[in-house]
Amino acid sequence: MIQVEHLTKRFGDLLAVENVSFAADKGQILGFLGPNGAGKTTTMRIITGFLPATSGTVRVAGFDIFEQAQEVRRRIGYLPENPPLYDDMTVSSYLSFVGRIKGIPRLDLPEAAERVIECCALTEVVDRVLGHLSKGFRQRVGLAQALIHDPSVLILDEPTIGLDPRQIIDIRSLIRNLSGERTVILSTHILPEVAQLCDKVVIIDRGRVAVENSIEALTEEMSLEEVFLKYISSDRAIVDPSESAGATS
Amino acid sequence: MRNTLAIAGKDLRSYFTSPVAYVVLTGFLLLGGWFFFNLLAQFNQLLMAYMSFRNPEILDSMNLNEWVVAPLLHNLAIVLVILVPMITMRSFAEEKKSGTYELLMTSPITVTEIVVGKFLGGFVFIFLMVLLTSLYPAILMWFGNPEGGIILSGLLGLFLLGSSFVAVGIFTSSLTDNQIIAAVSCLVTLLLFYIISWPADSAGETLGPILRYVSLTEHFDELVKGVIDTRDIVYFVSVIVLALFLTLRSVESLRWR
Repeated sequence: MIQVEHLTKRFGDLLAVENVSFAADKGQILGFLGPNGAGKTTTMRIITGFLPATSGTVRVAGFDIFEQAQEVRRRIGYLPENPPLYDDMTVSSYLSFVGRIKGIPRLDLPEAAERVIECCALTEVVDRVLGHLSKGFRQRVGLAQALIHDPSVLILDEPTIGLDPRQIIDIRSLIRNLSGERTVILSTHILPEVAQLCDKVVIIDRGRVAVENSIEALTEEMSLEEVFLKYISSDRAIVDPSESAGATS
Repeated sequence: MRNTLAIAGKDLRSYFTSPVAYVVLTGFLLLGGWFFFNLLAQFNQLLMAYMSFRNPEILDSMNLNEWVVAPLLHNLAIVLVILVPMITMRSFAEEKKSGTYELLMTSPITVTEIVVGKFLGGFVFIFLMVLLTSLYPAILMWFGNPEGGIILSGLLGLFLLGSSFVAVGIFTSSLTDNQIIAAVSCLVTLLLFYIISWPADSAGETLGPILRYVSLTEHFDELVKGVIDTRDIVYFVSVIVLALFLTLRSVESLRWR
C-alpha cells in the first residue's frame, strides 16, 4: 500500500532523512519509532506531499506522490503533530469545510460529518468553537478531520501526545477500530503504545532506518524497550561521528 | 471552482466570526462619516460665503461632485491603504502559524485554488465595504443633485483600488508566518505605490510617465473624475493578476526550500 524507497531530504546543509526505505501493506498498522529529531515528522510530511523529497520516491496505493499528487492526497488522511484547527470555527463547520476541500460531494457531506462525529465521539461538542476545546477533544477533531473522506491510508504524527491516560486509551482503541481496511502509519515515542497497536515497527535514528520488522519477530527474545535501545545505541556507536555530523547539527 | 469557493467562504466567514470585520467596517464607516460631514459643512459654508459676495461665476463652478464626493473618495482610499493590510495580514500568515497550512497543502486542491479563494474572500469583503460607504453619496443623491454617473465611476474606482490592495496584502502575507511583518510590508508597499508619482514632474520625459503609470493614485483619480478608461481598468486588473501570480510563486517556492 505504501512503498517508501530511498527517501532523502535535505534542508540546506542539514540532512534530515537519508536513504529511508520501508513498506506498509494493506490493513497494517506501522509504528514509526525514533528519538526526537530522528526525522519522523519529515518523513511523514514527505509521504503526505507537504514537503517534496530531495531524492527517492514514495508510492501510495500505486500512485507516485509527486507525479500523481492529487490522487494520493485523496487517499491520505493526515493528522499532523498539532491538529490543524481553525480556532474560530465550530466543530461542525470545520468538518464540513474540510470535507469540501477533501473533495466530498456536497450532498454526501452531512453523512460523512455524521460518521466521523460518531466514530470520534464528538457528539457533545459539535456546536462548540474549536478554540475552546480541551486538548483531548482537539486531538479527536484532528482525527475526525483526517478520516472524513474515508481515506485508505492514515498518517498520524504522535496522536496521543499531551493527552491524559483516559484519552490515550480512547484514542488507541479508536485507532485499532480504524485499521482493518486501512493502512495506518503511526509515529510515537511511547513504546508500549507500539506494542499494543502495531503489526510492524520501523525504528529510525538520525534520519536512517535502523530496523524494519514485524513486532512479533522483534519482541521474540527481548522487550521492545531493549530492542529500541539496542538499535539506537548500537547505531550511535557504529556510526563515524564525522559522517553523521550533518544529520545531528 | 468548488474548492476555490470553499476557501473563499471559509476566509470570509472567519472575518465575521472574529471581531475583525466589525472593527474594520465600523472604523471605515465612522471615518467616512466624519469626512463626509466635514466636507459637506465646508461646502455649505463656502456656498453661503460666495452667495453673500454675489459671485455667480464661482457659484456656478461649485458642485457636489467636485467638492464633496471626490475628496471623500480620496480620503477613503487613504483609509483603505491603512485598513486593508489589517484585513489581509492573517491570510497566509495565520494558516502557517496555526498549522492549518499543512491541512490545506495536503488536501486534494491546487495552490492556485487556495490563492484565488483567499483573494476572493477579501474581494467580497471590500465590495461590502464600498457598498456600505455608498450610503454617503446616496444621501447626497437624495437631498442634492450631484451627477450619479460620476459617483458610480468613483465607487468603481474605490472598489478596484481596494481589490488590488487585497491582492498585494495576500502576497505579503504569503511571504511570512508573522502577521505584523505581513501587515507592515503591505502598508509600506501600498503607500509607496500611492505616492510614487510625486517626483514625476521633475523626473524627466522617460521616467516621469513611467512613475505616473505605476502610481495607484493617477489611475484612481481618473475614475473619480468620472472617466472610465479601459487603460485604468486594465491597470488595476494587472496589479491583481501580478500580485496573485507572485503569491502563487511564493507559496510554491516555500515548499521547495
